[in-house]
Amino acid sequence: MTRFIILIAGFLAYGAAQAVAQELPQGYLAQARQENSQFREFSASRGENFYHAKRTHSNGKPVSCAACHTDNPRSAGRNEKTGKEILPMAPVANKARLADPAKVEKWFKRNCQDVLERACTAQEKGDFLTYLLSIK
Amino acid sequence: MKRTLFVIAMFGAAPVWADGNENLASAVANPHWKTECSACHIAYPPSLLPERSWRKLMSGLVKHFGQDASLDGPTAQEITAFLVNNSADRAPNKRAKKVMGSLGPNEVPLRITETAWFVRKHDEISASVWQRPKVGSPANCAACHAGAERGDYAEHRVRIPH
Repeated sequence: MTRFIILIAGFLAYGAAQAVAQELPQGYLAQARQENSQFREFSASRGENFYHAKRTHSNGKPVSCAACHTDNPRSAGRNEKTGKEILPMAPVANKARLADPAKVEKWFKRNCQDVLERACTAQEKGDFLTYLLSIK
Repeated sequence: MKRTLFVIAMFGAAPVWADGNENLASAVANPHWKTECSACHIAYPPSLLPERSWRKLMSGLVKHFGQDASLDGPTAQEITAFLVNNSADRAPNKRAKKVMGSLGPNEVPLRITETAWFVRKHDEISASVWQRPKVGSPANCAACHAGAERGDYAEHRVRIPH
């Protein structure tokens, strides 16, 4: 019986996490419209380009999202400094990914600064999340 | 319950252990310290740096060894308090005292590996060992101390990868 309850609770938690992830891009919609009146909707392909785009950091080193998270968001990455494993970015490969909006914002703040040396726009965030959610 | 007893037994035994076998886990671990600090590296034992080091490190998370590791205010405050309360100045273990003894009064190391204590404890490790792909750098405790995540740095359990 206990096992059954745990199983049900597990399914419910999983379903809730999926729902949170699916609705994440919507949360950036109003701000994206505010930032750019031409903005229509988020695009997975723009998000994919954003993920792979390489730029030169002011410290002279080439940087990109994919540099640490690998070219395939279904794969585990590695922190370039410490070598510690980073679990896959795509929710299809990592159920816990995108399940906590506060955590998503925490990492946008950090990683946008590390890679772009500025905050990301709401459109960039929404595109990127849409890309991750589109990966099957 | 069994686990609690085990933990109590472990910490109860700590003072009689020799320096090399002492467990470095804090008596009461802070869950935020654990999750936040172990996101990019292992959560290093608070007792290996003095209070002044932890305060300086926690006030510079926006540029944390070249990476942005910023936290929201309340979380940062909670973790700082935990680090300070378990710092080398305050931890009751022998190793913490040795770390403190190895530092000059004005020294504020931001890396555990900069303390004279760490350097002395690892003086037999050659530069080529640190550079081995499975080690990478002296910051990668778990490469040789498999129990590092649990605070276990016992000398007889050290296995240096090839």
